[in-house]
Amino acid sequence: MIKTFHHIERITGSVIEVKASDVCMGELARLEVKGEIRLAQVIRIDREKVILQVFGGTRGVSTSDKIQFLSRQMELIYSTDLLGRIFRGDGSPIDGKPSLTDGKQTAIGGPSVNPARRIIPRNMIRTNIPMIDVFNSLVESQKLPIFSIPGEPYNPLLARIALAAEADVIILGGMGLKYDDYLFFRKKFEEGGNLSRSVMFIHTAADPVVECLLIPDISLAAAEQFALEGKRVLVLLTDMTAFSDSLKEIAIFMEQIPSNRGYPGDLYSQLARRYEKAVDFEGAGSITVLAVTTMPGNDVTHPIPDNTGYITEGQFYLHGGKIDPFGSLSRLKQLVVSKVTREDHKELMKVMIQLYAETKQVQDKISMGFEPSTWDHKLLKYGEMFELEMMDLTKVVPLEEALDKCWEILGKCFSKEHIPLKKALVDKYWR
Amino acid sequence: MRSGKVIAINGNMVTSTFEEKVIQNEVAYIVLNENLRLKAEVIRIHNEFCDMQVFEETNQIKVGDSVEFSNELLSVVLGPGMLGTVFDGLQNPLYRLAEETGFFLQRGKYIFPLDPDRVWKFAPSVNTGETLKGGMEIGFVNEGIFDHKIFVPFNIKEKCKILHIAAKGDYKIKDRLAILSNDSGKEYEINMTQTWPVKIPIKTYKEKLLPDTPLMTGYRIIDTFFPIARGGTFCIPGPFGAGKTVVQQTISRNALVDIVVVAACGERAGEVVEVLREFPEIKDPRTGRSLMERTCIICNTSSMPVAAREASVYTAVTIAEYYRQMGLNVLLLADSTSRWAQALREMSGRLEEIPGEEAFPAYLQSVISAFYERSGLVELYDKKTGSVTIGGTVSPAGGNFEEPVTMSTLSVVGAFLGLSRQRSDARKYPAIDPLISWSKYQEQMEENLLKTRSRTWVKDILKLHDLLFRGEEIYQQMMVVGEEGTAMNDFIIYLKSYFLDSVFLQQDAYDDVDSFCSEERQVKMLYVVKKFVDKDFTFKNKDEARAFFMKLIGTFSRWNTEPRESEEARELEVEINKMLEGVL
Repeated sequence: MIKTFHHIERITGSVIEVKASDVCMGELARLEVKGEIRLAQVIRIDREKVILQVFGGTRGVSTSDKIQFLSRQMELIYSTDLLGRIFRGDGSPIDGKPSLTDGKQTAIGGPSVNPARRIIPRNMIRTNIPMIDVFNSLVESQKLPIFSIPGEPYNPLLARIALAAEADVIILGGMGLKYDDYLFFRKKFEEGGNLSRSVMFIHTAADPVVECLLIPDISLAAAEQFALEGKRVLVLLTDMTAFSDSLKEIAIFMEQIPSNRGYPGDLYSQLARRYEKAVDFEGAGSITVLAVTTMPGNDVTHPIPDNTGYITEGQFYLHGGKIDPFGSLSRLKQLVVSKVTREDHKELMKVMIQLYAETKQVQDKISMGFEPSTWDHKLLKYGEMFELEMMDLTKVVPLEEALDKCWEILGKCFSKEHIPLKKALVDKYWR
Repeated sequence: MRSGKVIAINGNMVTSTFEEKVIQNEVAYIVLNENLRLKAEVIRIHNEFCDMQVFEETNQIKVGDSVEFSNELLSVVLGPGMLGTVFDGLQNPLYRLAEETGFFLQRGKYIFPLDPDRVWKFAPSVNTGETLKGGMEIGFVNEGIFDHKIFVPFNIKEKCKILHIAAKGDYKIKDRLAILSNDSGKEYEINMTQTWPVKIPIKTYKEKLLPDTPLMTGYRIIDTFFPIARGGTFCIPGPFGAGKTVVQQTISRNALVDIVVVAACGERAGEVVEVLREFPEIKDPRTGRSLMERTCIICNTSSMPVAAREASVYTAVTIAEYYRQMGLNVLLLADSTSRWAQALREMSGRLEEIPGEEAFPAYLQSVISAFYERSGLVELYDKKTGSVTIGGTVSPAGGNFEEPVTMSTLSVVGAFLGLSRQRSDARKYPAIDPLISWSKYQEQMEENLLKTRSRTWVKDILKLHDLLFRGEEIYQQMMVVGEEGTAMNDFIIYLKSYFLDSVFLQQDAYDDVDSFCSEERQVKMLYVVKKFVDKDFTFKNKDEARAFFMKLIGTFSRWNTEPRESEEARELEVEINKMLEGVL
């Protein structure tokens, strides 16, 4: 049943208000603006007043434009034909090919997974980047953001991890993506022959801001369907800051009381609902989420990275083209380190980072003009080797080789009794 | 049944009309169709309308949908079978839900919290003719390792006479176990279950006592420096990534209490899954039974509906109070109270209340205090004691403790275990910062500590705590004047404090041995550490001093990870003693 109305009472930003009846929360509507169709969704109802967010924006909308309620919620048509295709946030194709018509109609933003049906993640995803594999291993079904600032090579890093990772399906959700970046991803995926196992949902910086709200939901809805069919899915989201800013925009148009720097009080819940889609299903596939969060003003206490950090299972900081060894953390690494990886991995990573932290203190001391002690000299040498061998993101080093390298560095810089490592390991691996 | 009609929907808040009357905080159902009824709670009444928070997604609700009012406050069902079970915030058992609905939580699907078909062995402990009142025991069933007492429902205030009591035997939870009658002849039938409104504390006990015995967690920095009392409260605030959840989980595994109730409130599902999957496999060394048998999990993770998150901490504390009534020591861990506060904030915003700081409602403080006040050591009617200890993590925005939730919490708890980014960045775990943390219980429990640990315990700890401050001071000076500008004496003090920090305060939660340090071992270790701290060392130069302490730390750390009775541990102990005597 299609209900048509002709009078728009209020237009604020990307939100419109109409008088209508028999409309339900979340229902989709079609707004016809000079022959062009824009999609809108009901976000609040007060008696006969119905408030909608218009995904195409409200520029040019007239108070007498036709609005049709579609009696359905936002859906994705799922089939394996999605692979190799590129879509917008509302599911319409942008690769010049026809829309999908046959397939399973799947609600987007569907219900949460029952925690009782999740399993403990247990597979490591190798990236051959020592800063990740050795110190903060990525685990299947993990959700991890890359905290960065504009200008850092986060998209290339994302692409590199995606292409190296052993996943059956890769889903890219681009939000506020520069057109160049979109082309970069497309090219990278084509080059690696990965297009046939990928689906892209793209919102570029030129598209209406609100449309970006749909990207994570539709990407994750597709991922969920693939995972239920037993596929291991890797979802890449870039950039979640654009998504959060869209939430803020809508909240302000809706005259909600902002909680922190203008962001709505439910920012945490909104982000969590998306990130928590990362899952390892008992008896089916998995979803792993890697997301970029650009930190406004390089400030990790900004509400977006701050709330994200509380949701995700760790974070990678990308500073000056390097993954920061201190702030970066993979919370799930304990599940794989020295369990599926070599026995020395666990202790080694701990000691290596502690020593590098000490090195940094020594460097601070020296920069203030103090004489380094003998021990300091050892640390300085260690720091130099660590940065060269471990932190360079261009190096491709398999995990075992990287661990050997760690022992080699320790051996060259220190004598064994000064390093708090278990005796059995020292006896076996010290070089 | 009273009913009404939906007139407005705003996020998870629905406004409805009502007939005749409506009760504040009563449960109502929004009827979408005959198969889909969504649970909600009345939270505000104005003129002929009431606002309700809906415990589900509100998609597809429309104006005109009917509302049914239940006449009951939001309640939980209390009875045997809660241990080892995983509930959502509204007490739906998640495993049985999964059997019916599969991978996903289905909206509007509610099932009875306890297994109605399970048979329990009941043994009566009273006789016909005896007089009882609410909260007194009529008998018990065996729930795992515990005698699960069956009480006269807590809401029966008057004295009642037992007309009938069931004989020893097998019963299901809904089977009648007793019939009571009060003076005016009103009769009550009692079975194994009773319902209790979650927002009202259970108070059927004699009196509340001062918590004066330590609750051992196995964490040295907590038990020795910032102890927690049975029946007390503590909070663990910290920025993300500082290891709150690891601390919380390790405590839930190791704490020396009878029962642990975990309220996973608005946090990651993955963390709950670790508990769900691992606890059944881990044996409690004291009982030899699976840890799950002493654990009850209330799980409302961040992607589950927000209003149910608010309810989940109350569900958890009510269950904790119920087991306390059996004379057990219960530990409630709420992770994280900030998410719960955020749920309050979201609702307050929708109600368009005048916001306080950071848009939190003005009543935040009183809500938080009321929650922590549900802890306590109590003397029960049968003279036994039971306790509820409450520990909550706080996730302050930006890791800054000067925010409403942390501040409100600090003003009501007895111990503050603050995690700092600085320590976690340096991988010093647990990242509880000894320079900011405090516990009021060290003094409150002094009498007991002096008896069980050592006669100078509290004084010794104060002295060692001072050393940490002094060490930090010297370290800061050293950053300015350099090592060479630091006097040898100060340098040694710094090294001693570094040593104390490294081997005693830091602890590996993932090491089989080190993750739990018994009280006995803590006392012994502290005794050894103190000897080094008290000793006057003379070194030729700073390098020699540093090398000595580095070696000491290395040896000590290894000692920490060896089982106490092992050959290696003994060898390491000998080596440490030699270092103390200056032989090495």
